[in-house]
Amino acid sequence: MRAGRWGGELALGVRLSVAGRSGWARLAMISVGVGLGVAMLLIAATIPSLVAARDARLAARAVVAAEPVPRGADTLLTAAVDSHYRDRTIHGRLVRPEGARAPLPPGVTRWPAPGEMVASPALAQLLTAEEGALLRGRWGARVVGTIGAPGLAGPGEYAFYLGSDRLTEDSATRIRSFGTRDADEGIAAILLLLGAVGLVVLLLPVAVFLATAVRFGGEARDRQLAALRLVGADAAMTRRIAAGETLAGALLGLVAGGLLFLVAGLLAARFVPADLSFYLADLRPAPALAALVVVLVPVAAVLVTVSSLRRVLVEPLGVVRRGGDRRRRLWWRLILPVTGLGLLAPMFSGGSGLTDGFAYQVMAGVAALLIGVALLLPWLVAAAVRRLGGGGVAWQLAVRRLQLDSGTAVRAVSGIAVSVAAAIAVQGLLVAVQAQYTQETGRDTGRFQVVVLPHAGTQERWSASLSTASGVRAADSVAQVTATPARSAAQAAGTRLKVGDCAVLRQLAALDACADGDTFVVAGPNAAVPRAGSAYTLGEPGERAPGWTLPASARTVPAVRGDLPQAGTTLLVTPAALRGTRPDLSFFDLYVGLDPADPDALDRLRNAAAQVDPTAQVMLIQTRTVEETLVGIRQGLLVGATALLLLIGASMLVNIVEQLRERRRLLAVLVAFGTPRATLAGSVLYQMAIPVLLGLSLAVVTGAGLAAILQATASAPIRFDWLGIGATSGAAALVILLTTTASLPLLWRLTKPGGLRSE
Amino acid sequence: MASPMADDALLTAEDLHLSFGPTPALSSASLRVHAGEVLALMGPSGSGKSTLLHCLAGILSPDSGRVRFDGHDLSAMSDARRSALRRTEFGFVFQFGQLVPELSCLENVALPLRLAGVGRRQAQRSAAEWLDRLEVADVAGKRPGQASGGQGQRVAVARALVTRPRVIFADEPTGALDSLNGERVMRLFTAAAQQTGAAVVLVTHEARVAAYSDREAVVRDGRVREQEYVR
Amino acid sequence: MCIVIGMSVGFALLGLLESGPRHGYDLKRFYDERFGHGRALHYGQVYSTLARLLKNGLVEVESEPGDGPERKRYAITSAGVTDVAGWLAQPEKPEPYLQSTLYTKVVLALLTGRDAADLLDGQRAEHLRLMRELTRRKSDGDLADQLICDHALFHLEADLRWLELTAARLDQLADQVRP
Repeated sequence: MRAGRWGGELALGVRLSVAGRSGWARLAMISVGVGLGVAMLLIAATIPSLVAARDARLAARAVVAAEPVPRGADTLLTAAVDSHYRDRTIHGRLVRPEGARAPLPPGVTRWPAPGEMVASPALAQLLTAEEGALLRGRWGARVVGTIGAPGLAGPGEYAFYLGSDRLTEDSATRIRSFGTRDADEGIAAILLLLGAVGLVVLLLPVAVFLATAVRFGGEARDRQLAALRLVGADAAMTRRIAAGETLAGALLGLVAGGLLFLVAGLLAARFVPADLSFYLADLRPAPALAALVVVLVPVAAVLVTVSSLRRVLVEPLGVVRRGGDRRRRLWWRLILPVTGLGLLAPMFSGGSGLTDGFAYQVMAGVAALLIGVALLLPWLVAAAVRRLGGGGVAWQLAVRRLQLDSGTAVRAVSGIAVSVAAAIAVQGLLVAVQAQYTQETGRDTGRFQVVVLPHAGTQERWSASLSTASGVRAADSVAQVTATPARSAAQAAGTRLKVGDCAVLRQLAALDACADGDTFVVAGPNAAVPRAGSAYTLGEPGERAPGWTLPASARTVPAVRGDLPQAGTTLLVTPAALRGTRPDLSFFDLYVGLDPADPDALDRLRNAAAQVDPTAQVMLIQTRTVEETLVGIRQGLLVGATALLLLIGASMLVNIVEQLRERRRLLAVLVAFGTPRATLAGSVLYQMAIPVLLGLSLAVVTGAGLAAILQATASAPIRFDWLGIGATSGAAALVILLTTTASLPLLWRLTKPGGLRSE
Repeated sequence: MASPMADDALLTAEDLHLSFGPTPALSSASLRVHAGEVLALMGPSGSGKSTLLHCLAGILSPDSGRVRFDGHDLSAMSDARRSALRRTEFGFVFQFGQLVPELSCLENVALPLRLAGVGRRQAQRSAAEWLDRLEVADVAGKRPGQASGGQGQRVAVARALVTRPRVIFADEPTGALDSLNGERVMRLFTAAAQQTGAAVVLVTHEARVAAYSDREAVVRDGRVREQEYVR
Repeated sequence: MCIVIGMSVGFALLGLLESGPRHGYDLKRFYDERFGHGRALHYGQVYSTLARLLKNGLVEVESEPGDGPERKRYAITSAGVTDVAGWLAQPEKPEPYLQSTLYTKVVLALLTGRDAADLLDGQRAEHLRLMRELTRRKSDGDLADQLICDHALFHLEADLRWLELTAARLDQLADQVRP
């Protein structure tokens, strides 16, 4: 009975939502807003399953070298031949089945014979295209089949399996099956938690946006409700009618969100880089999360509507807004941030053991601190605005407005504050990491730009092969052999001897002067500098290992970061300094100089190297390391933070537009008695800028503090990412300006002469 | 300051025409407002009295005809100059909804002075004096929403007078008040205007309010029938 | 009140004659239709008034021979026209229960093609003049004065409202009185 009446009232609300032009407009705004939010939620719910599916496929084709496997009819020899072509990464494996029952990798239905390959569709296409002309000669193999989806990370991946008859037990791994099953449970749980925190941080602004979207056109709705009260609806009924109206918008928003999600997915599938490509079949939100979105969004929409009506008295003859005079209390808002700081406090004393419990504590602390920021912001804005005074008329109008009702502005900004704080914290951490790993390495790329690390082939063969490749200007080798001190067994760990000419030794250490016959010592951080005259056995200690003595002329030099292992001692020796000793120099690296004017030189070199030994690694010498990934992540964060700011800007714009409409008469009066429009525009600007700047300052302080804590945890030197902070603040300023500018046409229209005639 | 009209009128409208779309609001309306007088603009609703007031005040520009204030042609001025004129020479009182709800009554009264560039302290001191003269000193610190309708209108009158304008335009200033409050507003208003020497152009449809005027002009169908001015 | 009516009956009959000479009987019927409001004039009153007007030279008799006194046709003289014009142009002293006189004036103005709106404006000005005086007296006087003045003001305001209403309906009224 009662339920039936309630249902009737909800239905009335739904019907009202499509009544008249303004009803439709409001419904459209709500559903587009909710749709945007829902789409973002669905994307967030999809990423885990997308990543899981990809990980599952990668795990299925993984090669795990566990304990030695004896040769049998079901075994396979395989070696990685990962390569690059221009800016593409190519995943490759050499395979040599040792019997009829040798395992097939996932997605592959037949074995390639020696000289044949099974390639991914993307690679097969590249090999036949004009673009791939240079790649065709690298392995000289015929493509005889394609790798199916189960064996690829994504449809755009470049991958192949190349048949080989040259693989031996020494140069390859013997396996009975592809795939690995042992997922690290502990790490997964932490990652899950990290993901959860990230999600909270990411989704808070979305929630704020949803809450704002549901209030679109609320003024008009309230007036409509007042009319309903005049014909006899009671307060509870109006609330249910309003809920019904919002529900209509939210449900439509769910549909719109689903469509937006599909469109975004299809666009992403087409435009993401090959490394990140995914199968459309995997584009499914995790069912539980999707169900949560479908249930929570309408429920939240209704709750927001009902709670926003709580502060409005809808009377038969009009709408009364309850004054915002209630003082915001501080103490309970401090609980979460203080708890967060407490949880993070041990980090200052140098958090060492990153145990599981410790990591949970960090996560909880970060989450508490960030959510605490959102709670603290309303109090901060109210308190700060209360103290503001002075200034011109525009400033006064804005400040007084904020003093009377800061809630609307704060709602819009609190989302920003959390996300920007998190973004700044993560950026700060990244900058610190980047600083640690990408300081100028001092590596010189003037003479050599590429290092080739061969697994097979003699020095002579390599030199001959590389020097004939076109585009190669210089090729030099440095050989390495273990040096075991003859006397002290305690010093045995990690002393090695590297033999090469002066040009190539300069790549490894900062040599002041060098001539053939010189010897240099590079001491690791904790290693003692060996004394002149120390005797060493070169190579595996054994019957024919030759002895060698460190000459008195040896000089100690600093290493160049990047090429030498940090631990242990390295002896750099020019050929003449071996003084006739003939150690086994079959382990060597090749340093290659390329013609900088020839963009294809690197790929010709890769081709040449693949001829000698397909498993050889070809690496660029970088003056700075790790840089690119970190720069990418930082740019991503900046883009994300800017997108969030734009989202917030959009909801602030909606707020301001509603507010201007509501006071069109007052604006006309103000203009009548001579208020310049610039003053009115200025007050709009201040009204947007003050809360945003306050929120942003809180975010910057929190974010920078959090970054410092995280840096301390990662035992990195504490540095602030001024660039990131500056960029975020700049973006915020831009959003404020854009939003204000966007609201000006309406302001101009409302203050046109004749605005007073609207009675 | 020599006006081409050999007349002591401070503000004149000559042959004003103005249409909103197809409906003519003013057709050949002329009017003179003399310094220091209270002129009631009467007429049935929709007759064009408010439109005439807006034209006289330089808020609306007529399609044709001229409005002169102190010898200057308002329609020849830029929007910015007209705004400045409204800030310094004119005052306004409307029926309702004219006070900024977030500002205190004192700040509302001080607003025109601050727009004219007077410092905050000085502006608020003058504003307080005017609130006192209009017998609403007790609501100075309150927001308009916390004052009664009559008090609010007296605050609005104080705001119109605070810059000591030469003309005050009042559009149904008592329209939303009961007769007792309305009379109090009118009594204080006309007395204060008389003291400062400001002319008042008073749009009203109530005879008892018009009775506070010195002279009336009747607007009918966009035309004005003006009572003769006797000094 | 009687005097007012008596005076206005004279002007009313004069005004009615302005549109053309009439017999006394026609005048009475005309008057009763437009201004009688349920109380018809007595023949005696009509003829005594006409006699007075005749004596004052405001009307003259167009005799139709052999028809007796009932068939006398009366016509307005130029002095009579002037008198009517003066009466219409002269605002009535604002007093209670003025409507019937004002109504008579408006109808006559309409009948004789004069500007009725002008007449109403003039009356409004007169009312306002008195109201201003009362308002002034009120602000100077004590509470008793104020209450007495307010009483008068409210009545005058009611009259003025009626004036406004009539002014707004002049066209309608003109259609009715001028068949």
